[in-house]
Amino acid sequence: MEESEKYVYKRVRFIDFGVLSPKKIKEMASAKVVTPELYDKEGYPVDGGLMDVRLGVIDPGLNCKTCGSKLKECLGHFGFIELARPLIHIKFVSQIQALLAGTCRECGIPLMTQAKIEKELANIKKLEKEVNQTIVAKYIKKIIARLKTQTACPHCKAKQPKIKIEKPTTFFEAEKRVTPIEIRTRLEKVSDEHLPLFGMNPETVRPEWLVLTLLPIPPVTMRPSITLESGERSEDDLTHKLGDIVRINQRLFENINAGAPEIIIEDLWDLLQYHVTTFFDNAVAQLPPARHRSGQPLKTITERIKSKEGRIRHNLAGKRTNFSARTAISPDSKLKINEVGVPKIIAMKLSVPEKVTEWNMEYMKQFVENGPKKYPGANYIERPDGKKKKVTSETKEAALEELQPGYVIERHLMDGDIAIFNRQPSLHRMSMMCHKVRVLPYKTFRMNPAVNHPYNADYDGDEMNLHIPQTEEARAEAEILMQVQTQLISPRYGSSVIGCIQDAVSGNYVLTKYMKITKQEAIDLLYAIGVDEINITKEILDGKELVSELFPKDFDFKGESKTGEEIEIKKGKLVHGVLDNANLGGGGAGLLLRRIHQKYGEELAVDLLYKLFRLGIEVITRYGFTASLSDLDLPETAEEKIQNVLKESEGKVKEFITQYEEKTLELIAGKTLKETLELRILEALNKSRNEAGELVAEYSKKDSNLMVMATSGAKGKMINFTQMCGCVGQQALRGQRINKGFKNRTLSVFKVGELSPKAHGFVRSGFKGGLGPSEFFFQAMVGRDSLMDTALRTPKSGYLYRRLANAMQDLKVEYDGTVRDASNKIIQFSYGEDNIDVSKSEKGIINVKRIIHEVEQS
Amino acid sequence: MNIPKEYLNEFPEKIIDDLKESGKGLTDSKFKKVLEKTLEEYKKARITPGECVGLVGAESIGEPGTQMTLNTFHFAGVSEMNVTMGLPRIIEILDGRKTISTPMMEVYLKGKLSGEKVKAHALMLKETLLGVVVDEFNIDIADLKIDVLLKEDKLTERSLTSATVANVIKKAIKKATVTKEDNTVTVKLTGKDASLNELYRTKEKLKDVFVSGIKGIKEVLPVKRKEEFIIITAGSNLNEVMALDFVDTTRTTSNDLYEVHAVLGVEAARQLIIDEVMKVMENQGLNVDVRHIMLVADTMCVNGNIKGITRYGVVSEKSSALARASFETPVKHILAAALTGERDELTSVVENVMLNQPVPLGTGLPGLVTEVKK
Repeated sequence: MEESEKYVYKRVRFIDFGVLSPKKIKEMASAKVVTPELYDKEGYPVDGGLMDVRLGVIDPGLNCKTCGSKLKECLGHFGFIELARPLIHIKFVSQIQALLAGTCRECGIPLMTQAKIEKELANIKKLEKEVNQTIVAKYIKKIIARLKTQTACPHCKAKQPKIKIEKPTTFFEAEKRVTPIEIRTRLEKVSDEHLPLFGMNPETVRPEWLVLTLLPIPPVTMRPSITLESGERSEDDLTHKLGDIVRINQRLFENINAGAPEIIIEDLWDLLQYHVTTFFDNAVAQLPPARHRSGQPLKTITERIKSKEGRIRHNLAGKRTNFSARTAISPDSKLKINEVGVPKIIAMKLSVPEKVTEWNMEYMKQFVENGPKKYPGANYIERPDGKKKKVTSETKEAALEELQPGYVIERHLMDGDIAIFNRQPSLHRMSMMCHKVRVLPYKTFRMNPAVNHPYNADYDGDEMNLHIPQTEEARAEAEILMQVQTQLISPRYGSSVIGCIQDAVSGNYVLTKYMKITKQEAIDLLYAIGVDEINITKEILDGKELVSELFPKDFDFKGESKTGEEIEIKKGKLVHGVLDNANLGGGGAGLLLRRIHQKYGEELAVDLLYKLFRLGIEVITRYGFTASLSDLDLPETAEEKIQNVLKESEGKVKEFITQYEEKTLELIAGKTLKETLELRILEALNKSRNEAGELVAEYSKKDSNLMVMATSGAKGKMINFTQMCGCVGQQALRGQRINKGFKNRTLSVFKVGELSPKAHGFVRSGFKGGLGPSEFFFQAMVGRDSLMDTALRTPKSGYLYRRLANAMQDLKVEYDGTVRDASNKIIQFSYGEDNIDVSKSEKGIINVKRIIHEVEQS
Repeated sequence: MNIPKEYLNEFPEKIIDDLKESGKGLTDSKFKKVLEKTLEEYKKARITPGECVGLVGAESIGEPGTQMTLNTFHFAGVSEMNVTMGLPRIIEILDGRKTISTPMMEVYLKGKLSGEKVKAHALMLKETLLGVVVDEFNIDIADLKIDVLLKEDKLTERSLTSATVANVIKKAIKKATVTKEDNTVTVKLTGKDASLNELYRTKEKLKDVFVSGIKGIKEVLPVKRKEEFIIITAGSNLNEVMALDFVDTTRTTSNDLYEVHAVLGVEAARQLIIDEVMKVMENQGLNVDVRHIMLVADTMCVNGNIKGITRYGVVSEKSSALARASFETPVKHILAAALTGERDELTSVVENVMLNQPVPLGTGLPGLVTEVKK
């Protein structure tokens, strides 16, 4: 019996929307508010005041007078006030106007002939069945627009003067003001059957409800007051506003009862209207917003709901969480790829609930005995009736005594526990992956650098979050669906996101390309990376043979390395080719990894990747790897050739400039002379830089470490190499040479109107040789521009992403293979036209060629 | 290679084509093995029911969005046209904007034509306003008339005669008599309100009179693309270009969604969305599978019209008021829902998140029917 009570039987099936009727407001209210006073002299809430104890409790120790519950248990209860005169609800002004203008002022029937009314009602009914609400709303808008133009009632023939609104809430009819009382009586005349014409559902709303006679008072729990350090109470914005409303309302009552002159009553009435309007929305265009004494505008109901920081997006669609931690990250290549190193301090704060049974009694007792301060200990124990107790050094003896099966212990985080690791911005699902915990000393989260790519993390101070799932169900889902090895293949492009980076790539490249090692060294290396079955017989072996030890013995693979050379693995032996970024890397590269994953499954893939990664790093740490300035040295002939190329292009540019000045330059179709010149110059200069690049590639040392990094794809590209020892090249702003600065020149060192390369941002020198002052300046300009570009792009792409996610979040594949949205509308008959899941495919396809090849081989 | 019937229904078209293509020259038994293996792999790669493909698609487009450049223009070689690329173009497409910033067409021509001929065709496409073919406007204040001196070479280039130009002017300018003499067209104002001011206004009007070509085609550029010449245009008018008899209508395209939709239908518009987004992605060196873009294109085009991914487009058509409210303008949606007495059946994701309930996707989809002892 006790057990079954924990199951959730209740579930919200649907939510109905509607407008509150005065009757309903009274029904759901538990107190009538009659006085603007909040507290009496003792500081106790006044009966019939806005902080009435019947409206809920916000002070610890007090009990709610309505439901008897304590703070946090009582959700609060509504109250109401009776308005002295009816008021317009600001949010329904346009609907009221439509109703007033669309129905007869005398008989309350829509200004159409009976036949037409019936026809339109039928139309709306039909539309509602067939299409969605937006289209119905559009249709209704048209009907209302037509009704507004009528000048006489076709039923009782009464003349219909135009209804005008003086914003925000005053209505006029033929220059005469229509009071809310009149409006209400007119709206009462509109019969239920005609309401669909105005887009209203008679079951949930009556037109006269749009004019308020009673105002619901939100519970105090919705507007709690805060006690300042000085002991003073500071009330919520809503309470302030409600105070104004109640005060003016009482004044209005008194004046009416005392028979005050109409003008005074009307003034008060308007004032009350203002207060109620700003209570609902404090940003109505025509009204001055209600302010605090400090001048800051009050945050009333609409402002609470609206926007990113509003209730919906901030509190409902996004929620806060317990059992989470955040700290800086640092790399640890000795951790398994699916592990995360958690600092002990954090492990002692986060906890996992574990049930005590008769079989694990002794084991669980150990945690309680250790208490919260000794690792591994426990922070809380929970009794079967749900009472939670904190474990402290004082209470732990008693806790130990009462511990018995059925209790739950919140024990410290331990090795092997499930955790979800996350780095913002969480742009794709690989930004939140499940790792297994490893409790480690010091204060940072540790992770294997192979998973940097999916998180887009580096270690220059990045912080990451850790979440500990608390239920068995959540842990199972995290482990089965979110663990790192299940996320190896990106659903974006269908190949590996996780792979070797930087040193690991260089290491494997150097190993497979150049190295020969002795048997001892090989065994040492393999042992260091965690291979313990080693069968090496050769005395001297090369790197390829060493790497081959890691592959499964029946693995065949044919691919291309980054430079386009063929690489072949036959029966688990790397026959020829080198391992580089194209086969080991993450982020869309890593074809080798993709194949391993496909053939041998994720466990083996992740293990192999770990070993390859470790091997790369191990090799590089043992045999050394550094970049030095001499890596950039070029032979003198090369330097000369580069200078010649640059000179040549400069000569060419000069030629273009003279042609331009003589107007003999051949025009490019659709371009002006100046544009043609610019294009030609850009073309010539870019060509010269490319040529310089080729020269650098040709003459620089092929086996220098810097070159190894570029060719293996570990870090840097050939272009960076060229920029360092050759020439940096043209700096471009928005695809054009630099033209900003002074009038007709970029910098004051140049002549006015000078068109030469160096005056418009051509950086002739390389970084190694050093830049001239103007060159440096141009570089800085472009650097700044690209910073701006990033700063402007982030919010734009973020918004696009949000819209996409919102529009498509409900789409799912049904059991029949169709893709449908939340209302079961079919979007696609089969996903992607072939039902293939990209993350299970090979770059989005089934590779028939490879299959044929494999069949032929066998 | 013939594929046995029992396999034919198992595979999507693409794989069948691949099998036919690459399976040539295999023995029957080997081919059988290939079929078996392909089927096995295909079955393994099939999408699982309940998979939240929409969100994965959104992620796959949104995530690389942060890596895209904002650079509006790019130069693919000197001779190409400037086209909006990068993030702005993607935003433009997915917004479903009616007017795009750089409309463009690729006009393919029937048959193999020489460069000269292509150039002539290209000029026929180009929108020519009177201002372009006029040498000089001479205003005669005394007589209230304008002498329009036409440029002979520009006329012949476009195979126009001064007579046709005069006719065009006659049609365009009312309240004036138009006479022609050699290469001079004289426009003389008539009517009551003929004045000096009116004369100047007429002159300005004359400059913009549409003479020949196709409206909206601002620029033409014959380009060689793989063995043949095509015409790239700045500005787009698919309807009229397709009506020309030398145009190959099967391959000619525009990058204007609404035009393609109007001329060729939704399916073409959907394909255009896919192609254009893919083009940008490839151009930026980003690797995104077509399936994700297809899904976006399909959500935009499901009901036969192009709807943008905005609060007025796709999002506004969601059935759930709470889902709409959680996107933008929440108050508006909640009030509308109250008046119409909407019922939210909680079938989509956000509502269930709001209520702390399992979401009807993936593992939240299947239910378990079991009796619980009470």
